[in-house]
Amino acid sequence: MATTAAPATDTRVKNGDGTGRGGGDGAGVRRRHRLGDRIWPLGFALAAVLVFVLYQWILPQAPAGVSDFFQTWLPMSTINQCVIWATMAVGLNVVVGYAGLLDLGYVAFWAIGGYVAGWLMSGFFGQWQINFFGHPAPGQESGIHLSFWLVLPLAGLFCALWGVIIGAPTLRLKSDYLALVTLGFGEIIPEVFKNGENINGFNLSNGVKGITPLDPISTGPFAYLGVPEELGPFDETWKFVIYVLIATFAVFVSLRIREGRLGRAWLAIREDELAASMMGVPLMRTKLAAYAVGAFIGGIGGVAYASAVGGVAAEDFAFSSSIILLAMVVLGGMGNVWGVMLGALVLQWINSNGLAKAGEAINQAVGKDLNFPSYNFLVFGAILILMMLFRREGLLPETRTRQVLREPDRGGAEPADAELEGERR
Amino acid sequence: MTDTRDADTRDADTTDTDTPAPLAMSASGITIRFGGLVAIGNVDFTIPERGIVSLIGPNGAGKTTFFNVLTGLYRPSNGRVLLGSKDVTGMSPHKVASLGLARTFQNIRLFNLMTAEENVLVGMHSRMRSGIVRTVLRTPGQRREEREGREFARELLEFVGIGAVAQELSRNLSYGDQRRLEVARALALRPRVLLLDEPTAGMNPQESARFVEFVHRVRDERGVSILLIEHDMSVVMRVSERVTVLDRGEKIAEGPPEEIKSDERVIEAYLGKTGTHGYGEDE
Repeated sequence: MATTAAPATDTRVKNGDGTGRGGGDGAGVRRRHRLGDRIWPLGFALAAVLVFVLYQWILPQAPAGVSDFFQTWLPMSTINQCVIWATMAVGLNVVVGYAGLLDLGYVAFWAIGGYVAGWLMSGFFGQWQINFFGHPAPGQESGIHLSFWLVLPLAGLFCALWGVIIGAPTLRLKSDYLALVTLGFGEIIPEVFKNGENINGFNLSNGVKGITPLDPISTGPFAYLGVPEELGPFDETWKFVIYVLIATFAVFVSLRIREGRLGRAWLAIREDELAASMMGVPLMRTKLAAYAVGAFIGGIGGVAYASAVGGVAAEDFAFSSSIILLAMVVLGGMGNVWGVMLGALVLQWINSNGLAKAGEAINQAVGKDLNFPSYNFLVFGAILILMMLFRREGLLPETRTRQVLREPDRGGAEPADAELEGERR
Repeated sequence: MTDTRDADTRDADTTDTDTPAPLAMSASGITIRFGGLVAIGNVDFTIPERGIVSLIGPNGAGKTTFFNVLTGLYRPSNGRVLLGSKDVTGMSPHKVASLGLARTFQNIRLFNLMTAEENVLVGMHSRMRSGIVRTVLRTPGQRREEREGREFARELLEFVGIGAVAQELSRNLSYGDQRRLEVARALALRPRVLLLDEPTAGMNPQESARFVEFVHRVRDERGVSILLIEHDMSVVMRVSERVTVLDRGEKIAEGPPEEIKSDERVIEAYLGKTGTHGYGEDE
């Protein structure tokens, strides 16, 4: 036994200076982890490519029955919504899942991002005429027209700034109090936009009418490769590519940060705030960084959302959206980016299309006339309760969290344990 | 007046003759009031460079409160705390920590859902520089920093004797290993002073005995000064070069362990006025 164990230990020590995350029993565990690390990104990329090929080239030529089926159950616009919501959920996951700060007002950043897109990509500010690589629709030349690709980082940075502004006073609060204050901000900011059509004579948001239409997205050099030069409201399949890229960016950023110094500090704060500060982790700055990163992703998600629906309207940013995003994070598995993505895709599909169509099918089968979409919160509630009962850690939990929720807590028995151990030695 | 001058000259003389150890940390005139209650009254305290000193006292004597003043958790109502020559009075805990004051906790407070190695890496937070952009782009500098961090973490884990469990979640470690991990995490700050808050709580006599050697090894090989709060008198007496006794927020005695053992006021504080037997005789 000892002889077989020795070589295994050797390899582990040799690999040990790498970044492997293997557990106690050496190389086998590490290999599995490495594979597991790649399965999700590969799967995500593959699924994206498949969806694109299917909707762009196969379905238009497919028999009517097949394309009707996809049109009914999974239209492109729904997929786009799913990907955008997933982006936002990944952003919220940075705040809630990584840093453990309960945020009930995340929709605020979504709204700010959306309005930045509205301001910088439409004819709304007719008093100015600015065009910077923008593609205004004919007859809409007045106003501010920046390129979509420029608006994305601008909106992200603007939201990050607002994340810091909102976070600086609120992050001094703990748990429940923080949740309540963020809830307040989540209500205030859409309310400001809703009533912002006459701020001392200045029209900030066009009130309840919102800002519409938005400029199409320019594709720049890709136009030479057969991509349409401008992506308008009907180029949904091409927009899908853009939204997937945005979601990929969000995932990439949050995974990378998670692995580094800042990500460790977030986890440490989530685990034990006092101990973290005693180990030299500045609490405020680290929490603000989580807020800023989360807000940045929320901001680019907001731009994507605005470009998908072709405008922004204040009523899109309701409190319920914050809660749905939180449900996505919890359902998917708090802290695990891929779980959160999965949760978001599933829930948003139910929300936008699945429930309605399933309802129609059920109504036809049983001959009733129930309005299923109006029950969507009932369904959400039921899903959450079932999850809490049978799978508290979410669909795809972070490896760490799974342990806690699946194993008994040893805390209380600790000292007794240690004494026994001392005897053994 | 003459007295003070005399004292000054005497100090100067000793400095000349046998250069007393410079101070790693000093607190002077520390007073803490909670409302009308004086929790700590005018306490002076020093930790010599590379020294091992202990703070003892009966329950409620103000040891933990005093600890919290040193670490920056409480701002003293009066008095000053110096770390080396730097005034850290009223600085926030993370600042004091990054200036070189590390601690462990009476009830172990590890980051349970992080591996042992990650726990130690958190201790290096203030020494590392990579921000968001460099981490996302994984620049060569950031990668080197991470690699060096991991090497140092590995070294510290080996030093405290738990290198084999570096990749285990800290919650899964045995109690003894968790205590060691706390020390490794504290050492990751490359501290000047290490505060150990009741480190032998929950240990049996053999483990406590080994712990005494361990403390000496930490001091000698890592070059830190150590302040110990401890209830186990046998540990205190064996490990400390100097013992300070607090009672009801006041310093009642200070000196080498042998002196403290026989100090009237200390015996009184621990056993009450009628106590006639010195403790420590049970050894």
